[in-house]
Amino acid sequence: MNTQGKVFKYPDNVDTDVIIPARYLNTPDAKELALHCMEDIDTEFVKNVKAGDVMVAGWNFGCGSSREHAPLVIKTCGTGCVIAKSFARIFYRNAINIGLPILECEEAAEEISANDEVKVDFDTGVITNLTTGKNYQAQPFPPFIQNIIKCGGLLKSLKEGANNG
Amino acid sequence: MGMTMTQKILAAHAGLDKVEAGQLISAKLDIVLGNDITTPVAVNEFKKAGFDSVFDKDKVAIVLDHFVPNKDIKAAEQSKTCREFACAHCVSHFYDVGKMGIEHALLPEQGVVTAGDCIIGADSHTCTYGALGAFSTGVGSTDMAAGMATGMAWFKVPSAIKFNLTGKLPSNCSGKDVILTIIGMIGVDGALYKSMEFVGDGAHRLSMDDRLCICNMAIEAGAKNGIFPVDDVTLAYLDGRSERTPVVYEADPDAEYERVIDIDLSKIVPTVACPHLPENTHPASELHHIKVDQVVIGSCTNGRMEDMEAAYKILCGNKVADGVRCIIIPGTMQILRECVERGYYTAFIDAGAVVSTPTCGPCLGGYMGILAAGEKCIATTNRNFVGRMGHVDSEVYLASPHTAAASALTGYITEYKEEK
Repeated sequence: MNTQGKVFKYPDNVDTDVIIPARYLNTPDAKELALHCMEDIDTEFVKNVKAGDVMVAGWNFGCGSSREHAPLVIKTCGTGCVIAKSFARIFYRNAINIGLPILECEEAAEEISANDEVKVDFDTGVITNLTTGKNYQAQPFPPFIQNIIKCGGLLKSLKEGANNG
Repeated sequence: MGMTMTQKILAAHAGLDKVEAGQLISAKLDIVLGNDITTPVAVNEFKKAGFDSVFDKDKVAIVLDHFVPNKDIKAAEQSKTCREFACAHCVSHFYDVGKMGIEHALLPEQGVVTAGDCIIGADSHTCTYGALGAFSTGVGSTDMAAGMATGMAWFKVPSAIKFNLTGKLPSNCSGKDVILTIIGMIGVDGALYKSMEFVGDGAHRLSMDDRLCICNMAIEAGAKNGIFPVDDVTLAYLDGRSERTPVVYEADPDAEYERVIDIDLSKIVPTVACPHLPENTHPASELHHIKVDQVVIGSCTNGRMEDMEAAYKILCGNKVADGVRCIIIPGTMQILRECVERGYYTAFIDAGAVVSTPTCGPCLGGYMGILAAGEKCIATTNRNFVGRMGHVDSEVYLASPHTAAASALTGYITEYKEEK
């Protein structure tokens, strides 16, 4: 599995209130919510994002509310992957549970610039900046989490586990 | 090496004698919680995965609190989804309008959560119940769905930071000033993935409402959970409330902590977190030039009885400053009732404040106190992110009920000083 696309760059501590403001959370419809993804800090994101594009951010991405709507709208917009220096723990869990690929890589998050073209290989954790030609190695997931991702999310992995057990 | 208090609770719920930081475990859950925003997503996932029953109808709690009484048609649809699911699965802890309260004020009050529990909630402030000596943490809707179906959740066993509290809080400070001071000290990711364990003689002197407030904002430092040891204050609070028998866990004397931070409570001052991060803290006394348009006293952080007492003490017999909207939101129906019985409700109205039925409303910019562009609000809530309470160009200052109420009277951020 991999993704390739243009980079949208964000700072440290991007919180779930700016990823999807609570004023829109009177619906669980991901497509409707996705129209407002990031709008409080980047009104251009939704207009410009294309399938496979990559978000690159600093420390503590996804802090704040536990709303699963946050990784869901990022995924629904077509974003192929989020690379950050670190993720807030509930966001990290939610992203894995709903199948949004995320990678922790401090060096890549520091060096990759907005609008760079980036390719990410999820199997190896290798991030390639096609604009600069530089490769980065992200932290691999523990096998337990790899299994959830491989099954296509937490609930599917539970079902699979029940069938196997 | 011994285990922390959190690790001991997790080990017991995983059926293991010992766990260590970093270990992946599967633990039994005592309560699985959701609200009117997160439950509809969980219900959808639950159905999509083909589950047809909840693991235990007495161990699922669904609280309608964010947008109720329904703020609009879409919110009404979300409440309806929750109501129908709760009814179909005979969920015994379903709290609708009239019974509901802000979830993290309500569940401890009603005895639904207790010491020694292992709890997940599809709300980030689920970490509140650590005040009772429980392991309790926020998750997303899919985890809630899995928890409701199986009664289990996976966890990576956290390491811990120990906060050794000494001394006694000044009378114009509360738990809110303690936790804001700590977040200012360690930052919004200072406890990322970790437990925050609050111990020491100072911890035992804190009231239950202060402890609930402190654990509530552990997530604002990135923590997995916050926790207090069980003592006489805890047991007195739980007595006559808890549905299950409380179980007391203590950290081993040789438990390993990544860091130990000493906090002298007597040195705490009234503290305010300025926009747009809870770590951006300053003494209230340095912010007296900041004019406020709105004051909110309430939320899962500070909507409890002691918070209402602080507001009453300051507002009673005084007037909210011209040009300031002061909104007071008792956290549960029981607290609202007590405000009526004690005469607080009338005193708040006479002071020029409005009082709402329990709701999360303004805290997350839902309704019941949304800010326009350029407006400033001092609030006893928990987050001051960009656009959190309304317009993207509005500002939220986080403070204690004392500081918020004192600011309502002057129209500027004001440190409350007790009259001699």
